[in-house]
Amino acid sequence: MVGGVLTAERLVKQVGSPEGPLTIVQDVSLDIARGESVAVVGPSGAGKSTLLALLAGLDLPTSGRVLLEGHDLTALDEDGRARLRAARVGFVFQAFHLIPALTALENVMLPLELTGHSGARDAALDTLRRVGLADRTGHYPRQLSGGEQQRVALARAFVTRPAVLFADEPTGNLDSATGARIGQLLFELNADSHTTLVLVTHDQDLATRCRRVLRMDAGRIV
Amino acid sequence: MRSIRLALRMLGREWRSGELGVLLLALTIAVAALTGVGFLVSRIGAAVAMQATQVLAADLRVESARPIADTVFARAARMGLDQARGTGMLSVVFDGERSQLTDLYAVTSGYPLRGKVLVAAHLFARGTPASAVPPPGVVWADSRLLAALGGHVGSQLSIGAATLRVGRVLISRPDQGGTFTSLVPNLLMNAADLPRTQLIQPGSRVRYSALFSGDRRRVAAFETWLRAHLRPGEQVRDIADTSPQIGSAVNRAGRFLSLASLVAVLLCAAAVAMSARRYVARHLDLVALLKTLGATRRFTLWLTTLELLAVAAIASLLGASIGYVAQAWLVYALRGVLAQGTLPAASLTPVAIGSLTAVALLAGFALPPLWQLSRTPAIRVLRRDIGPPPLSVLLAFGPSAGVIAALIAWVVLDMRLFLEVTAGLAAFLALLFAAGMLLVRAAARLRGHVGVAWRYGIANLGRRRTDSVVQVVAFGVGIMALLLLGIIRNDLDGAWRGSLPADLPNYFFINIPPHSRAAFIAYLHSHGARTSRMLPMIRGRLTAINGRPVESMRFPGRRGEHFATREQNLSWASTLGRDNRIVAGRWWTPSERGVPLVSIATEFERWLGLRLGDELTFDVAGDSFTVRVASVRKVKWDSFQPNFFILFAPGLLEKETGTYLTSAYLTPDQARSLAQLARTFPSVSIFDIDDLLNDVRAVMDKAVLAVQSVFVFTLLAGLTVLLAAVQSSRDERRYESAMLRTLGASRATVLKGVLAEFAALGALAGLLAAAGASVAAWFLTTHVLDLRYTFSPVACAIGFGGGIVLVAASGWLATRSVVNQPPLGALRAGSG
Ligand SMILES: Nc1ncnc2c1ncn2[C@@H]1O[C@H](COP(=O)(O)OP(=O)(O)O)[C@@H](O)[C@H]1O
Ligand SMILES: [Mg+2]
Repeated sequence: MVGGVLTAERLVKQVGSPEGPLTIVQDVSLDIARGESVAVVGPSGAGKSTLLALLAGLDLPTSGRVLLEGHDLTALDEDGRARLRAARVGFVFQAFHLIPALTALENVMLPLELTGHSGARDAALDTLRRVGLADRTGHYPRQLSGGEQQRVALARAFVTRPAVLFADEPTGNLDSATGARIGQLLFELNADSHTTLVLVTHDQDLATRCRRVLRMDAGRIV
Repeated sequence: MRSIRLALRMLGREWRSGELGVLLLALTIAVAALTGVGFLVSRIGAAVAMQATQVLAADLRVESARPIADTVFARAARMGLDQARGTGMLSVVFDGERSQLTDLYAVTSGYPLRGKVLVAAHLFARGTPASAVPPPGVVWADSRLLAALGGHVGSQLSIGAATLRVGRVLISRPDQGGTFTSLVPNLLMNAADLPRTQLIQPGSRVRYSALFSGDRRRVAAFETWLRAHLRPGEQVRDIADTSPQIGSAVNRAGRFLSLASLVAVLLCAAAVAMSARRYVARHLDLVALLKTLGATRRFTLWLTTLELLAVAAIASLLGASIGYVAQAWLVYALRGVLAQGTLPAASLTPVAIGSLTAVALLAGFALPPLWQLSRTPAIRVLRRDIGPPPLSVLLAFGPSAGVIAALIAWVVLDMRLFLEVTAGLAAFLALLFAAGMLLVRAAARLRGHVGVAWRYGIANLGRRRTDSVVQVVAFGVGIMALLLLGIIRNDLDGAWRGSLPADLPNYFFINIPPHSRAAFIAYLHSHGARTSRMLPMIRGRLTAINGRPVESMRFPGRRGEHFATREQNLSWASTLGRDNRIVAGRWWTPSERGVPLVSIATEFERWLGLRLGDELTFDVAGDSFTVRVASVRKVKWDSFQPNFFILFAPGLLEKETGTYLTSAYLTPDQARSLAQLARTFPSVSIFDIDDLLNDVRAVMDKAVLAVQSVFVFTLLAGLTVLLAAVQSSRDERRYESAMLRTLGASRATVLKGVLAEFAALGALAGLLAAAGASVAAWFLTTHVLDLRYTFSPVACAIGFGGGIVLVAASGWLATRSVVNQPPLGALRAGSG
């Protein structure tokens, strides 16, 4: 199984609840090859976001392990995982998560600046142009529509040329027309940069565009 | 470097959004209060030092029983110092038949180097500064001397072998010593006339003094040289040796000012703490996102710390400027009241202290929350309900408690007071929180009995119980500071001014013979003077304490030694003056006449380490009296009434020979009659303390003004706390009101609910504040300021009603815009 860009081995996530321990991800193993696109679908509460967080090293599993380009995330500390994310991982969220205090350009530059990248500005401008926002670079998030904000978020995710891109319901907050355009853009950028894509979505169209579809229910892959 | 750039960029942005306004305001006020008071106290301190030099008539003086070596004067001249010489001796001065023992003081030109000689044309008149020393052939005699001799300006006085003309009446000279030290009259003459008097003979007792003044550093250098080359019998006196009463009054005022500014700083600390909480709440998402994008924990900590440091830097600059302007204005308003001559320039130390305060406040109150903020897990980007783990109690309260303790210690500089203040503060806060908790709970019970808007408001209070308690306490403390200010300010103002009314006794009369007591008082009354009580004065010596001879005992300080070895003035009284308060034991009853009891002043008790019930043995002209300490009195010496450290019960000392002492208030017109009085009662010594009173009055006025201006800072700090408290719940309210409106509630309903909640908050806070302010005012008036406390129901009512109105109004103002926002925008902003 080893050899994929992202490998999960027998992942289990348990959390405490008033009724005792609750298992929200149960014994999930998977292997994703470089450049592959994988959709994770399933009913609300199935554990999709939790699985995504574990794969991206945002959270640690109760047992099992995750290998990202050969690095064991469970063996790294919080800062170690952060550094790995900075270099190799991009994110797109349902709620956009742009920093309101920064302009579109500054938001896109941010991940490059965090890694000490020189030429952050040019790279960011270039990526903004690719998502069609060349003329909105100086705008703040609240001056942009939801679709535009998600474009900025896409630019921010791809500007570092990540090995893996995680997207958690990227069209969930958008009307269907805008969502379709964002989905289109996401796959274009993905194809261009040969990024591995892990996409959690409710959107049937989006899911079928992926090479592989994983269905989750009650914490398991079915 | 990256973090600095990013921090500055975020700062600029959050700045414009008004996000950091309250924090900046709180820090600025804290810095302004501390630096303003710091500037003022340091400048007044320097002014007091200058006043002290006036008592020396120089910056530095050498005194000796032998002529001072010429090398000393030569050295001073070479070092560029100004100099003058004084020669003093006691001698009998004649005017025809009449004679009077007099303290002669012969000076060279240039005298006095510091301060002023005051002279007048008539006896006991108001003096004006003299521009030079008396010319050769002329003397300036003081009122007492001329009254005793029956002389006036123009009289010819025989001094030794010379005859000299009285040119002016000497009202005062700077180095004549404390008010009561010299019992003999004074005369100032030119040193050139000394040889003609032939008074200086081998064996005559002469005091030689050398006076020096000049640039501070040169004087210091000269003093070092001088002390190394001192000859036996020569004494150096500098500013440190003199501790004029006014100096200590200013010191006390300074301490009080510092305490007042400390209150302002502590209030600001509360506002900083609340702002920091809000800052953390608003930056949780940012930190989670930064971590998701790959930032390390240290980077996020750095980023937020840098941002707040930048705020601190701006606050320091702004606050120090405001503080500087405030004290400059104060000094301007007080011109003429402060010492003559220019006030020394403000030093820069307070600026450093101010910035240090800003940083310390941040470190104590904002750093722990920032540290907690940096522990926000990245997973929060996916699950908004996940926040950072709570701080340990030690980390949450340790640094802030440490900073508060350090600030208090630094301001009060006194271990006992420090412990009292901190313990009081801790108890007070604990009490406030407990009371706030109870009130919030009690309010929750009410909700079944009120209308829908109120029910919603009160339900909110109960739901966010901890937040509500924090807000009630914050509002309460803010309102309390305002109330306390109102109560104390009036008391303080009245008491300080009232303690020195215009008709305070301005003349003291001592050595009144017992048999002419009645005639003396009658004389004063017939000239319209208002006299105070008359007390007997008998000389006596303390010989033993509890049977142990005092020679075999050791006492903690010089003062104790002094009391144990020198003769004391004793008195007796059957009634207690209003300027005396019993602090231990009790005053005697009429039936205890003749019982061997004594009442002592608190100073005497402390200096000799006495206790209630101790047996003191006094020797009075060969008669021995053993008396038991029945009470300890706190004496208000600034009443300027006759007062004694040691008061016997009546029926003990009556047989001993003594004299009487009283004080009186005379208008300048009435004071003219004193010349006649001095002739009618030749043995009575008259002391004019008008000048001293005027000085003390000036200091009091100054202190009142200064205290009021510091209270302005406290007021602003209190308002900032209110502001911070309103702001702290604003975000949550924004979200809630949007929810309610989405669910179909009208704008008016939501607004009414908010209003109800704030009114309830304000009522609780007002209740707390009224009670707290009453207790604090009681403590301050009775324990710190020595005033009488009067409970003020009006202030309580104002606190309660004002609390409701103030909090509801500010809450409404702050929330109005929130309610007005369209629900969708608020919901998105609230969740994104
Ligand atoms: N830290 C947690 N504590 C308690 N419950 C959690 C926690 N994380 C996830 N859950 C629960 O686990 C389930 C799966 O959540 P999630 O992964 O967000 O589902 P999905 O993204 O598929 O909708 C949900 O019921 C959620 O409430
Ligand atoms: Mg989800």
